[in-house]
Amino acid sequence: MTENIARMPPERFFSERFDVTPSLMERLLGSNLAGRVDDADIYLEYRVNEELVLEENVVKKASRHVSQGAGVRAQSGARTGYAHTDDLALKNLEEAARQARAIADRSGGSGVVAVAGRGRPHDLYTLAEPPIVTELARKLDLLRRIDAACRAADPRVRQVIVSLTSEEVVMLIATASGWTVGDVRPLTRLNITAIAEDGGRREIGGFGGGGRVPFDFYLEADRWKRFATEAARQATLKLSAIDAPAGTMTVVLGPGWPGILLHEAIGHGLEGDFNRKGVSAFAGRLGQKVASELVTVVDDGTIANRRGSLNVDDEGTPTGRNVLIENGILRGYMQDRLNARLMGQAPTGNGRRESYAHPPMPRMTNTFMLAGQDDPREILKAVSRGLYAVNFGGGQVDITSGKFVFSASEAYLIEDGEITKPVKGATLIGNGPDALTRVSRVGHDLALDEGVGTCGKDGQSVPVGVGLPTIRLDGMTVGGTAV
Amino acid sequence: MSADAALLADVLARATARGATAADGFLIEEQSFSASVRLGQVDTVTHSREQRLALRVFAGRASAAASTSDLSRESLERVVDEATALARVTAEDPHAGLPDAAELIEHVPDLQLEDHEGPEPTPEDKIELARRAEAAALAADPRITNSEGAEYFDRRAHYAYATSHGFARGYSTSSFGLTVSPVAAKDGEMQRDVWYSYARRRRALEDAESIGRTAATRALRRLGARKVKTAEVPVIFDPDTAASLLRSIAGAASGPSLYRRASFLLERLGTRIAAPSVTIVDDGLLPGALGSRPFDGEGLATRRTVLVGEGKLESYLLDSYSARKLGLASTHHASRDGAGVSVGTTNLMLRPGTTSPQDLIGSVKSGFYVTELIGFGVNGVTGDYSRGAAGMWIEDGRLAFPVEEVTVAGNLLEMFDRIEGIGNDLVLRDRVAAPTLKIARMVVAGD
Repeated sequence: MTENIARMPPERFFSERFDVTPSLMERLLGSNLAGRVDDADIYLEYRVNEELVLEENVVKKASRHVSQGAGVRAQSGARTGYAHTDDLALKNLEEAARQARAIADRSGGSGVVAVAGRGRPHDLYTLAEPPIVTELARKLDLLRRIDAACRAADPRVRQVIVSLTSEEVVMLIATASGWTVGDVRPLTRLNITAIAEDGGRREIGGFGGGGRVPFDFYLEADRWKRFATEAARQATLKLSAIDAPAGTMTVVLGPGWPGILLHEAIGHGLEGDFNRKGVSAFAGRLGQKVASELVTVVDDGTIANRRGSLNVDDEGTPTGRNVLIENGILRGYMQDRLNARLMGQAPTGNGRRESYAHPPMPRMTNTFMLAGQDDPREILKAVSRGLYAVNFGGGQVDITSGKFVFSASEAYLIEDGEITKPVKGATLIGNGPDALTRVSRVGHDLALDEGVGTCGKDGQSVPVGVGLPTIRLDGMTVGGTAV
Repeated sequence: MSADAALLADVLARATARGATAADGFLIEEQSFSASVRLGQVDTVTHSREQRLALRVFAGRASAAASTSDLSRESLERVVDEATALARVTAEDPHAGLPDAAELIEHVPDLQLEDHEGPEPTPEDKIELARRAEAAALAADPRITNSEGAEYFDRRAHYAYATSHGFARGYSTSSFGLTVSPVAAKDGEMQRDVWYSYARRRRALEDAESIGRTAATRALRRLGARKVKTAEVPVIFDPDTAASLLRSIAGAASGPSLYRRASFLLERLGTRIAAPSVTIVDDGLLPGALGSRPFDGEGLATRRTVLVGEGKLESYLLDSYSARKLGLASTHHASRDGAGVSVGTTNLMLRPGTTSPQDLIGSVKSGFYVTELIGFGVNGVTGDYSRGAAGMWIEDGRLAFPVEEVTVAGNLLEMFDRIEGIGNDLVLRDRVAAPTLKIARMVVAGD
């Protein structure tokens, strides 16, 4: 029942399906936008999304969503005019272009822009069978097996909710600089929530993963079974968890998803818009020491099949591997075209948007710390009293003051070098510009997360990845209830 | 028949022809405008026009949902076909189905949700409002040195709902907003804060200069913020942060959390869950209010619901599916999103007390006045609560100095039980509102 939209190049897709041809985009950019503005582009998007949800042992919810639209942007100096429409008819595109231009300089003549196709710089996720086209019967069967495996993992698991989303986005951008580039982006995510009960106590735990991968990703090496077992373990573990300590202590973060620390503590603060405006706690600090010399952090949008990866960003700029912090020294910001131009820097391939209905902003892709030298077991052994946090819920940062928090969903006390009791409800809070100066050990076990991250900024959500080796942080504040 | 009603009728007829035993559709059309200004210069201006059809089909007791922003005939046909095909693969669920036709709203009341006062200002006039709000913030104090900008927005929307049993009704709304986010700086430290006004009518927006000045005052009072020592002390939540506690209560009282047994309010209906001074009401019928709506996402008439009455949990928040699952009746809280039907509140408010916020602060010898919360440390299953916070330290009944980089932690049931002071300062600034709340004690973690 699914048309295979992935089989067609984006240029042909939009021209055959909506009559939005390269020559039409040329005309819109030329007559309406070019010559009078510093930058202009038209972004076309078509998105199909499918969600299947199993709960109470059966698949009760199935939904399918289609959205399409165009965003037209004109920029003059620091000013942006943005108009979007979900009707790709010519008159709407013309009206959008007119509105976008309205805030740009009203003087100046018109120009003609020739739009040439530009190849994709990477090929990170071309799939033989994108997840959106995989037949429903196989997906439904997997959900049922996951449900059974999660319940079988522990008799205290009383409720299991499994959701599988599959998505395909076709995008095409034409710029006033005279080129177009398109991309087809598959994405899938499996999420398992388990609710466990024991006596009067009830707890919730979850696990999942995904990426720009085929459905078979979940079947490789019984990954689905590991996710199911892990969700059950997360929920049941908390049944015996004690209250988290409150106060300042040594914190050891495990590898992988705890990389959300980097995302909150420094990642957002290094986005170009906040620094151009001078409202980030990191503004004006390029070349300065902002972390321990053990710390090198990169944002890399070019890792094959990762959730945060893109062939080109949502402005058509090729993604890259950008070093943010090198041996403790701040090396670079993440930029979209507008902020790069205004700061006299090069775009870094970090211009992203939630959809055609949103103007792009500098955003992260996959953000992680490079591995160090230490044996993770030795890192733990050297801690007499502290907190070992290996899984997290969400986090948030105040860019301007630099204060950030993130909530541990799986954490343990460390007592005399040993991992002991699980604790619940621990929130870590810190100050971005000094959090990474507290890193005193870095393990050799760098891992990327399983592929579940979603980042929100100014009301726009985009998929991202994070990664971390085991690290030790001295003197972090833990917000629990046990004084 | 209006164009919306005709489109919905066509879609529902096709679903029935394709084998659906029942179906409903929600059509949203909206137009919006926003303009942001930073340091006096126009930053971003956006215009948009959007439409979206959310469809739900039933094949007997199995169901599926679909949505599309492409309202062309071919696309709609494809969406209907896909949804009916999906409904065939989902499991039978004895609780699935539309509400009874007899329960659907007959007469749609005029809740004054749409601004008819013309004429429509020009984009330049709208930009000017944002400019004035920001300028007032920048002029308020020399320590206001920078700004993340000010934003004006307006939005007009039309909602139409129809079912395969012949129901078709609609209503229109408008909303307006103005927000300012200045940055205060001193000795290398920067602090940002925000103030806002939202309203259904343009003229009900607060004065631009007043919004700007309030935002500046909020940013300025954060300068010099520091951590405090870890302690268990009285904690006072200002109205905005107190409102976030109400959202957590509403989440735990919502049908889907309950039938999944993922709520700390499970099996608590009719029991005391808060101090006797606490009454929480969800009132969707307030004329001109931001959360008001004449009917819910399933065509059921909106009501006033007492969620918590003098400390006792009096009602859950239910759509018709979760109500059937729990053996109760819908409370008319269905909310429509693309993925189907969920539960949403209308105007959710905690009833004000008689004490002024100053007197609440004055009653604390040593404690914490919270003005901002960040992070996601709320566990809806257990009520465990631990969030990052900023605000002011209270010493001898007075706001002494600003505080940041701390957490406040407890358990929501304990926190609501320990409410020992409720301010007289309830203002319905948004869809969820609370007065200042004093909680007898919580753990503040810092140094």
